[in-house]
Amino acid sequence: MVPTAYYILLSAALFAIGVLGVLVRRNALVVFMSVELMLNAANLAFVAFARERLSVDGQVLVFFVITVAAAEVAVGLALLVAIFRSKRTADVDEVSVLKG
Amino acid sequence: MEPIQIPPVDLTLIAPLLTITAWAIVLLLVDAFLIPDERKKLTGYLALAGLAVTALVAVPLWNVDGSTFSDMVVLDRYSLTLTWLFLLIGGLTIAMALEYLPRHGIEQGEFYPLILFAVASMILLAQATDLIVIFLGIELLSLTLYILTGFAYPRVTSEEAGMKYLIMGAFAAGFFAYGIALIYGATGSTNLAAINAYLAAEPFVLSEQVLLLAGVGLLLITFGFKIALVPFHMWTPDVYEGAPTPVAAFMSVGTKAAALAVLLRILGSAFPLAYEFWLPVLSVLAAVTMLVGNLGALTQTNVKRMLAYSSISHAGYVLLGVIVATERGVEAFLFYMLAYALTNLGAFAVVIALEQRSESAWSLDDFSGLFQRQPFLAIAMAIFMFSLAGVPPTAGFIAKFYVFTAAYEGGLGWLALIGLLTSAIAVYFYLRVVLRMFTRDPGRPVEPAMDRGLHLNITLAAGLTLLIGLLPMPVVNLVERSLVALGL
Repeated sequence: MVPTAYYILLSAALFAIGVLGVLVRRNALVVFMSVELMLNAANLAFVAFARERLSVDGQVLVFFVITVAAAEVAVGLALLVAIFRSKRTADVDEVSVLKG
Repeated sequence: MEPIQIPPVDLTLIAPLLTITAWAIVLLLVDAFLIPDERKKLTGYLALAGLAVTALVAVPLWNVDGSTFSDMVVLDRYSLTLTWLFLLIGGLTIAMALEYLPRHGIEQGEFYPLILFAVASMILLAQATDLIVIFLGIELLSLTLYILTGFAYPRVTSEEAGMKYLIMGAFAAGFFAYGIALIYGATGSTNLAAINAYLAAEPFVLSEQVLLLAGVGLLLITFGFKIALVPFHMWTPDVYEGAPTPVAAFMSVGTKAAALAVLLRILGSAFPLAYEFWLPVLSVLAAVTMLVGNLGALTQTNVKRMLAYSSISHAGYVLLGVIVATERGVEAFLFYMLAYALTNLGAFAVVIALEQRSESAWSLDDFSGLFQRQPFLAIAMAIFMFSLAGVPPTAGFIAKFYVFTAAYEGGLGWLALIGLLTSAIAVYFYLRVVLRMFTRDPGRPVEPAMDRGLHLNITLAAGLTLLIGLLPMPVVNLVERSLVALGL
C-alpha cells in the first residue's frame, strides 16, 4: 500500500498548481479550471485520509465538494457568457470598468 | 469499515430553515407560472410574507435546545437571535428593491426568491456545527450572491462585479475545502465538538500539529475573503459599486454577519485550545482592517465606495467581539451586528432614493444642500452617519462602546485602543457627508425617487437606530440570553 503521505504531497502539489493558476492565468475559463484543480486536490486529500483512518466520512464529503464545484461552474459559465456577449472577451484583465 | 447508520432526525429544530426554503422554492414556481410580468411586485410582497412567517415559526423554539442530523445542526438561542436578525436584513433589502428594480428596468421575479435562498443559507450557517455543513452554507450563500451581483444584466459593471466576486469566492472555496480536508486528516472528524474533544483528549504541542495549523490557517484565509478583512478586501469596493444597490446593502451586512457568526462558533467550539495560534493572527488582521478600512474611506468621493470601505472597517470592529471569545464578546458581536445592520441598510436606502436610472448619484456633491430639498432624507442620513461614526445617542455608539469594553475586559486592550483611534479618523469622513447636506448649496438638482417601500425602510431604520441608542436595555437583555456554548 502506498503511504498516505505520498497522496497528501501529491494533493498539496495539485493545490499549489491550482492557486498559481488562479493568480497567474488571465483567461476566465482557465481560472475556473484552476479552481476545480484546487477543489479536486481537497477531494484527493479527503479520500486519502479516509483510507488511512478506515472511515467512510471522508469519502462522503467528496460528493458534497463535487456538487458544490458543479454548481459554481454553472453560475460562472453563465456570467462568462453574459460578459462575452457584450465585451467579446474572456480575458479577466480586459473586463475592468471598475477600478479598485 | 462500519456500515452507514441513518441518524435520527428532529425536523422541529430546523423548522425556520425548512419554512423559508420551501417558501422560496414554491415562490420561484409561482412567480414563473402564475404571476404576470407587469405585476412582479406581488412576488416581492409574497417573499416578505415568507420572511414574516419564518420569524413567527421561530418564536416557539426560544426554549428549545438541541442538535440533530448526528450533531451537524444545532438549535440554540444564539442561532435563533441570528435567524431573526437575518430575516430583518432580508426584509429591509426586499423593501428597498421593490421600487429600485422597476426603476432601473431590471425587474425579474426571481430576485425575491433568490434573497430568500440567501437568507436560508445564512440561517443554515447560524445553526451549523459541522465543517461540511458550514461549507455548504457558505457556498449556497455565495452562489445566490454571484447571481444577484450580476443581476443588472446587461449593465457591464454589474456583470463585471459578479465575475470578480465569483472568481474571488471560488478561490476562497478552494481554500476552505482544502482546509477542511487537512483538519479532517489531523483530527479524524469534521464535527466541531468532536474536533475539540479530540484536541482535549491528550496534551499536545501546538507547533507540532502541522496539518491542523495549516488547516486552520486556510480556514482563516477563507473567512478573510468572506468578511472582507484586509488584506483580502480588494474585491469589496468594486463589487459593491457594480452590484445593484440593494444587493450591495444586503452583502455589506448579511454576508458579514453570517460569516462572523459561524467563525465565532468554529473558533469557540472547535479550536478553543488552539487560540495561541488564531488569536494573534486575527488580532493583527482586525487591527489592519480597522486602519486600512478607515483610511481608504477618507479619500473616496463616491458615496457607494465610501460605504464599502466603511463596511470593511466595521468588520474589523465586530471582529474584536468575535476573537475575545468571552460571553461579553458574543453579546457585543450580536449587538453590534444588529445596530450596524439597521444603520447601514438605512444609509444604502438613502443612496437608492437619490439614484437615477441613467446616471448614478453617488458623488458626494449630490448630497450638497440635501437638507433644503429633502429635509426628511437629510435628517435620516445624518442619523445613519452619526451612528456609523459612533456618536451618541445612536445605536452605533452603544455598539462600539460594547465591543471596546468586551475587548478591554478580554485582555485585548491594545486592540480597543486602535479601535478608538481609528473611530476618530472615521468621524471625519462621516461628518463630511453631514456637513455637505446641511451647509452647502445644492450643486446640480437630483430629484429623489421616494416611494412607500423606501419611506418605510428609512423611517424604520432611522427610528430604531435612535431608539436602540436611547433605550438599549431590551436589546441588551436579548443578546445576554443568546449566548453560544463556548468551549473556553
